[in-house]
Amino acid sequence: MGELRLMKGNEAIAEAAIRAGCDGYFGYPITPQSEVMEYLMAEKPFERTGMVVLQAESEVAAINMLYGGAGTGKMVMTSSSSPGVSLMQEGISYMAGAELPAVIVNIVRGGPGLGTIQPSQADYFQAVKGGGHGDYKMLVLAPASVQEMCDHVKLGFEKAYQYRTPVMILSDGAIGQMMEKVVLFDQVPRRTDAELIEQCPWASNGRPKTRNHNIITSLDLDPAGQERVNLKLQAKYRLMEQNEVLYEEIQCEDAEYLFVAFGLSARICQKAIDMARAKGIKVGLFRPITLFPFPSMEVSNVGNRVKGILVVEMNAGQMIEDVRLSVGCKIKIEHFGRFGGIIPAPDEVVRALEQKIIGG
Amino acid sequence: MEDKFAKTEIHKPENIVYKKSDLMVDRPLSYCPGCGHGTAHRMLMEVIEEMDIQDKTIGVSPVGCSVLAYDFLDIDMIGAAHGRAPALATAIKRLWPNHFVFTYQGDGDLAAIGTAETIHACNRGENITIIFINNGIYGMTGGQMAPTTLPGMRSSTSPYGRDVPTMGHPLKITELVAQLPGVYYVTRQAVHTPNNVRKTKKAIRKAFELQKENKGVSFIEIVSNCNSGWKMTPVQSNKWMEENMFPFYVLGDIKVDGKLVEKKETVEKD
Repeated sequence: MGELRLMKGNEAIAEAAIRAGCDGYFGYPITPQSEVMEYLMAEKPFERTGMVVLQAESEVAAINMLYGGAGTGKMVMTSSSSPGVSLMQEGISYMAGAELPAVIVNIVRGGPGLGTIQPSQADYFQAVKGGGHGDYKMLVLAPASVQEMCDHVKLGFEKAYQYRTPVMILSDGAIGQMMEKVVLFDQVPRRTDAELIEQCPWASNGRPKTRNHNIITSLDLDPAGQERVNLKLQAKYRLMEQNEVLYEEIQCEDAEYLFVAFGLSARICQKAIDMARAKGIKVGLFRPITLFPFPSMEVSNVGNRVKGILVVEMNAGQMIEDVRLSVGCKIKIEHFGRFGGIIPAPDEVVRALEQKIIGG
Repeated sequence: MEDKFAKTEIHKPENIVYKKSDLMVDRPLSYCPGCGHGTAHRMLMEVIEEMDIQDKTIGVSPVGCSVLAYDFLDIDMIGAAHGRAPALATAIKRLWPNHFVFTYQGDGDLAAIGTAETIHACNRGENITIIFINNGIYGMTGGQMAPTTLPGMRSSTSPYGRDVPTMGHPLKITELVAQLPGVYYVTRQAVHTPNNVRKTKKAIRKAFELQKENKGVSFIEIVSNCNSGWKMTPVQSNKWMEENMFPFYVLGDIKVDGKLVEKKETVEKD
């Protein structure tokens, strides 16, 4: 068993990056995730593992530092919060197009615009549907605990390299700020340059005379060529849908009703389940852990066994579209959300279940 | 055909007196005939070949006419988003500190959309080489006004000439970055005459040598023509460049060994 520590979610992200063997972190301060870079700068990973940590002049620069670093095969990460992640969309689109691995953390806060610094889940569409231009997806992980904040960094890097894709960890200000115990995995040594070159023969890191030059780009002026790029990307996304779906079912065996929620909302629903069951309402929780690929079949299987579904999100109704597409319209599927930085209380969730699903 | 002119005869090594750098890909350039990009590419590749550092060189290409630079330069390259090349180069150099890292950018890329990335990479003193091609216009998109377009100069978005009161002043970003303590070597060169080509190559060589010493940014502006964008013949454009661009963008070293070069203007005394 690894080392047990009490940590903030943001700190767990930072420590996990060091331990996962990350080569470089590039970021720009923004609430509520500034602890990630603060922890890294204080921890001096450049002395611990040789990891580079650099404060960029903007999120635009930070994501493009990722693009450059990832283009050489290095394991790179950034973190930000909603307005900053909006600024990164251009770079994320380029990275998806050029098929570059990286981990991007969004500690979501309320929007739109400058919004608020309080937690929110309003960036679901941006993360899952492709916030930048063009047809692309990212693998999106939604941690619901500080433990998962830590574990998803390691998992994210593994999947980023397996599929040559940017991976997003979509969390929120509450999970970023709250402290929980976390079991840290052991240090993974950073890859040597020789190991990196073997793992990433596509990377641009200096052409030896024995091979052709490597080019990292998302440009193909020939539409037939660009269509081939798109088809390749789509094939990769289908493969992710087949193999990478992660989800959790809680008390679904005897459930007559179902909550579907991710991240912090799922934690709130767990308490709401206890309260509802005390009142005799048999409700369970389906928690997507990967938001892309979305667990469509899995939520459909559970959904078809219940009388109604309440999708609980800290937004105005975003994931509910994917739940409705997955389950269909045979049963009642309603949304309950608080937004703009408000965290719903469990009794509000139970009341919404009673009013919108059971009584509705 | 007589035997002595047969292709194989001519191609004997002892007959070769001049050839392109082996690091130039055997492919026609996409640049307009008369454009300076090809010469700038070649000087860059000659320096890398002569220093024998191609296996340790990573180039970052821009968005603009030289967006396809990676198709012509036979080294590892990464194509940046518009203006972001210095951010890419920053991370690449930090992650590969013993490699040689350069960006190759035009004036719209470096001095308009990428101004923040340019200034901050320079101010951090990244150990990179920035090669800045200034032709006073957006070439690839069809000759629009650039941050470097001269006052009164016509472009497709300043069809009656750049009107400074409404369109702003041309930006001398090279003089601006020279002020930053992280920048060690700044020079402005040209590639339209053999003498200027030689000077440019020397400047590129100096910049790459400086990377070995971790001195900070070396910044080379190359004032170049854009005969297509300027609606001139190549010869006319070079003449126009000498008469109009050079008085505003004065050629020569601007900062050497971390020190600003003092202007040699003669001040008349009473």
